[in-house]
Amino acid sequence: MTEKQLSADRETLFAPQLNCGAAGGSCTAARTFVIATTNYNLDLLRLAVAFLLLTVYCLLVTIPALAQDDGPTDDEVNAVAKQLYCPVCENTPLDVCPTQACAQWRATIREKLEAGWTEQQIKDYFVEQYGERVLAQPSTRGLNILVWILPPLVFLVGALFLARYLRAVSARRPAPAKAATSEPAEDDLAAQLEKELAKRR
Amino acid sequence: MTNETLPSPQAAVPEPTVSLQRRLGQIAAWAILFALLVMIAVQLYRRTLGQVSSGSAPGFTLTTFDGQEISLESLRGQVVVVNFWASWCKPCEKEAPELEAFYRAYKDRGVVVLGVDYVDTETEARAYLKKFGITYPNGPDLGTRISQSFRIKGVPETFVIDRNGQLVKTIIGETTQDKLAVIVEPLLK
Repeated sequence: MTEKQLSADRETLFAPQLNCGAAGGSCTAARTFVIATTNYNLDLLRLAVAFLLLTVYCLLVTIPALAQDDGPTDDEVNAVAKQLYCPVCENTPLDVCPTQACAQWRATIREKLEAGWTEQQIKDYFVEQYGERVLAQPSTRGLNILVWILPPLVFLVGALFLARYLRAVSARRPAPAKAATSEPAEDDLAAQLEKELAKRR
Repeated sequence: MTNETLPSPQAAVPEPTVSLQRRLGQIAAWAILFALLVMIAVQLYRRTLGQVSSGSAPGFTLTTFDGQEISLESLRGQVVVVNFWASWCKPCEKEAPELEAFYRAYKDRGVVVLGVDYVDTETEARAYLKKFGITYPNGPDLGTRISQSFRIKGVPETFVIDRNGQLVKTIIGETTQDKLAVIVEPLLK
């Protein structure tokens, strides 16, 4: 329906209420007023619809973004998860473990992060619930301290033994003896060469 | 001046002290090495051991999801069925109704069923209990201490303990009401 048709329809619709036949000339003005008013209302309606659509669009775009901002991201969850190992899936860090048990653990990490727990608080909670073996890095308490102390200690002791052994070997080796033995050998060779040459002359 | 007062040539050199120190150091190093080897051997040995299957049942205290504390010691005189389960375990789901039916059938005959929730999250565990309508006491295996003392290898596993606290049967994998009844009936006579 065109704009012209719409105006005509509105005129027909409101004409009986305006008593145009009796009023004569004033009827045209009234008609013009009605058309102008309804056009203005239509513009307002259009504007309202456009505003409504824009609002809906904005909400659709921003709500997921807002929801993402509220909760912890996967990266934040995995940052904690990779420091933990589920006892069910040995040698698989929690952040890459595909089992349902590990998925539940990751969901727990997410819940705790949402509740505002720190990384350390979450790790402590998991240790309390499932024991120290869930930690990727053993704690420094109790016998676990050996895990931290022994490797560097063994390395140091090994290096010490190696250094002492090398020193002992180099001390035992008679350094000038090689030169002393090589010289006579060269002399003998030269003498033999001279001898052979003399024979052929 | 007598010979005793004269310092002997050997006394001037502190060799015995040095060699003693060296010897003590060597002994300490060997002792540490030996202790480490023993520790490793014990751990390896423990790993090779299966579930506990005879003798006295390992003692434990279970704190249920409702906050009730139940120690195995306090249940002496009753037959105790300890079931290890987890909400992520599919075979556990199969046996859950069977265990509940068994509990209802025997709870008035001096049989106690205890559910130990192994490596699980509380939310899922509670949902699991609700889903299967479990009414016998259940609680988390805090620090996996109970499962370690029973040396379980997975879930579900069920241990039957007689009135004297002796382990009678270890069931690996899912069980049924009938299987448990066969084991428990002779213990009630």
